Amino acid sequence: MCLAVPGKIVQLIDHRTAMIDFMGIQKQIALDLIQDPVVGEYVIVHAGFAIQKLHADDARESIKLFEEMARHQQDQE
Amino acid sequence: MMYSSEGTHQEYLRAFSAPKTAQVFLRKIRQAKESVRLMEVCGTHTVSFFKTGIRDALPTTIKLISGPGCPVCVTPVDILDQAIGLACRKDTVIFCFGDMLRVPARAESLEQVQASRGASVKMMYSPLEAFQFAQANPRKNVVLFGVGFETTIPLFAAVMTRAVEEGLHNLYLLPAFKLVPPALHALLRSKVCSIDGFILPGHVSAIIGAAAYDFLERHYHVPAVIAGFEPVDLAEGLWILLEQIRQKQANVRNEYSRFVTAEGNPGALQIMRRVFVAADASWRGLGVIPMSGLALTKEFAHLDAASLIDFSVPAAEEPTRCRCGDVIKGVVTPPECSLYKTDCSPEHPIGPCMVSSEGTCAAYYKYGK
Repeated sequence: MCLAVPGKIVQLIDHRTAMIDFMGIQKQIALDLIQDPVVGEYVIVHAGFAIQKLHADDARESIKLFEEMARHQQDQE
Repeated sequence: MMYSSEGTHQEYLRAFSAPKTAQVFLRKIRQAKESVRLMEVCGTHTVSFFKTGIRDALPTTIKLISGPGCPVCVTPVDILDQAIGLACRKDTVIFCFGDMLRVPARAESLEQVQASRGASVKMMYSPLEAFQFAQANPRKNVVLFGVGFETTIPLFAAVMTRAVEEGLHNLYLLPAFKLVPPALHALLRSKVCSIDGFILPGHVSAIIGAAAYDFLERHYHVPAVIAGFEPVDLAEGLWILLEQIRQKQANVRNEYSRFVTAEGNPGALQIMRRVFVAADASWRGLGVIPMSGLALTKEFAHLDAASLIDFSVPAAEEPTRCRCGDVIKGVVTPPECSLYKTDCSPEHPIGPCMVSSEGTCAAYYKYGK
């Protein structure tokens, strides 16, 4: 029940509603729980509400780590 | 693989679900020598470990135990009877999440009383639907059946806030919410099953923040990791946990940092605190846990569905022989219950763990265990 799906803010409709794009499918989502939403930002959506923003820097850092690990493992083999 | 400096949603998603990366972590996991029992607290994790095949790819030394992380499964029969009582009132409509509809209460489920007693029950995807229905139907009492953990609670808080701000007088809440940290406290204190590490729920943590679990480190010295739900998240989370165990550390690590910060979502926590105060709550399987549930604050108390309840609900007993309570605590696995696959199946569920798609029994059943 704690399923949540990431999507991108494509339009701010009013102060607490945004149009969110989920890989091509667009839906109106409530923004009551998000401070200072900006078009272009990614959020994670649960039961019709955005509940948290994506911290892109952290995502990129994780991905960098994965790439390093994959290289390291290849070197070992 | 190259990622643009901006990065897109699809790129991130692909990176966290890449089988090759998950394999890198799985290879490391297979090198671990310790025999461990790890609890995934969240029902969405239970399903994800099955669905991604990671559960089957683990060495036999690593046992995954499902915890109390399915809100439907831990909702006691008494409150379900109250919901049914409310739904059977002529002037009242009750809104609830789909998983809750089919849980057998004392006699019938919410779904069954719709047919047998003409009760008004509406399945919702979002609690906002109840708000909109209440606006459009001012003569009806609309009751939100509030089931969920910290991921979901702020949504109900937001809806009740909207109701007060817009002067809506016919939207009520039947709160049956549960809080995760007090349940972990209770599990660890009861010592009913040994747990070497926790995989903590990603989306609950997106709201409450990683710092909310400091007590695991301080009081219990149990290692833990907050993990996401993609294959790489699951495998990396497991590896982080195993590394901690190997190095005899007991920290709360955050694998899901792209959505989880130390402080969580301050706006969501603020709205929760405006609408709710902590209260003792009864959990199926775990009993009453102090301050593990929520009641409405003074400002919102007039919207408590309890004010509509003019019937008494005698204390209910759990179905006999059903071992959902022990499954929730991680004491037994579903196949150890005598009802599993014989009397109890997703078509004819006896206990809630078989009803909810995220219930441990339903997950075992679906993935052929």
